[in-house]
Amino acid sequence: MANNNKLRKVDIIFSAYPGNPYDILKNAIQRGKNEIIDDLIESGLRGRGGAGFLTGYKWRFMAQQKETEKYVICNADEGEPGTFKDRKLLVEVPRRVITGMAIAAYVTDSKYGVIYLRAEYAYLIADLQKEIDIFQEAAKKIGLDFTIEIFRGAGAYVCGEETALIESMEGKRGEPRNKPPYPIQSGYLGKPTLVNNVETFASAAMVCRFGAETYKSYGTDDQHGSKLFSISGDSPKEGVHELELGMKISDFVQEFGDGDTKAVQVGGVAGFCIPRKNFETSIIGEGNTTGGATMIFNSTRSMYNVLHNYLEFFAEESCGQCTPCRIGTQQLLKGIEAVKSGEKPESYLQDLIKLSRTMKVTSKCGLGQSVTNSFVSIVENFKEEMIY
Amino acid sequence: MAEIEMIINQKIERYGRERKALLPILQGIVAAKNYISQDDMVCVARALDISAADVYGTASFYSFLENKVLGKYVIRVCRSITCDMKGKNKILKALEEELRIQLGETTHDRLFSLEATNCIGLCDMGPAMLINEKPYTHLTAERIPEIIFEYRNK
Repeated sequence: MANNNKLRKVDIIFSAYPGNPYDILKNAIQRGKNEIIDDLIESGLRGRGGAGFLTGYKWRFMAQQKETEKYVICNADEGEPGTFKDRKLLVEVPRRVITGMAIAAYVTDSKYGVIYLRAEYAYLIADLQKEIDIFQEAAKKIGLDFTIEIFRGAGAYVCGEETALIESMEGKRGEPRNKPPYPIQSGYLGKPTLVNNVETFASAAMVCRFGAETYKSYGTDDQHGSKLFSISGDSPKEGVHELELGMKISDFVQEFGDGDTKAVQVGGVAGFCIPRKNFETSIIGEGNTTGGATMIFNSTRSMYNVLHNYLEFFAEESCGQCTPCRIGTQQLLKGIEAVKSGEKPESYLQDLIKLSRTMKVTSKCGLGQSVTNSFVSIVENFKEEMIY
Repeated sequence: MAEIEMIINQKIERYGRERKALLPILQGIVAAKNYISQDDMVCVARALDISAADVYGTASFYSFLENKVLGKYVIRVCRSITCDMKGKNKILKALEEELRIQLGETTHDRLFSLEATNCIGLCDMGPAMLINEKPYTHLTAERIPEIIFEYRNK
């Protein structure tokens, strides 16, 4: 059901739950495995990490794998600048995340679970481990054979990419693998591995709690359900907000901006930068990513500095494995510096745009492929700021 | 060296004598002394029966597995865009003045190292930094001496 692209706040993921902690799980495992997967597909839930693959299909594919050793991995390596929703989920509703993992384990017959937690969140480990211990007790009572361990990341943005994450768990450099084979066919130690984002697991638990019909009634025809938005920058309401997908940027800015908003970065630095003139016509979640990191810039900000900061980030976090991304990120950074200093003419920006588009088609993973999103949207919309 | 070997053996006991034990081992060494020396890497390589180059290649890939000498307390100031907008530079300057070192350096008493790091997921509470594992948010230059004082007297 379309919501006419209005901004609507909802309270699903963090809403109070009246039952016992693992009742959602207990009820779920009394149902058929296929029934749960059908429900998930029906709900329209898409992966909340950014790529947006239908979660139900991913789980079904995993359930079909015949191996006995299977892994369910919760990707808590959120490193996208401007993203912090997973931290809030792990701090405030860890049981819903764990419930989602456990339901995934049940429907896919997996015995091993891992929460891959980024190094920067090491201070969350003690409390999270306590929650896992509680879960382990509950699982024993319910009769679910599923153990969860925490794996600490070591500080690399690219490890949020699922195959790089797996490489890292295997003790290697976090360099993405070629796909196929997909992790579901051959993942951690060559075994079937389901990797989902923290929010995806929590949302899956919510589909089981409220039912597919109710969940589906939120959002738009393309993007069902609710989504957590990490809002930061020039906003008086910074923090995590749960909204229905599919709202106009103008409404979003009205609600969260400081009255002087010049641009909104949607989907983190790997996403798109939307200038004021397009606020009326842009819808969050359509044509841009679903990662939910939104950064608001007001008119005092130099978009050159913003882009420069992004490019420094990409140049440093590129894993260096493939040439387009390793060299491309460095050249884009040098390039905008050269144009700014007058060393290169204005027309050089077009060459840089071409380079970023080449990176999109030739880079191995999402890191190099997505640099062009913010690069082109900032350079084209704020050209004067790049030059003068 | 005895200490490093103890860490290696503990981790191998838990994760197995396999490559997948490498990150936990390196993290264990960092937890004990804040950085991994080349000798440590050779030690790890021998224990896991892999080449020392593999250990170095892996360790140098990750920003939290340092291979240069660092102080007891590593201060990592977030330099990503929203923390930058909210005054990261002022915080860095205050830290440099308080510690009398530049970004990327370690104090003579080997107590503090000052580093800049990419997004630490505290964007809604910037400017932010980590001291070892502990987060500090909504920083102001005025708060810096107080925070450092606490660590100096630990």
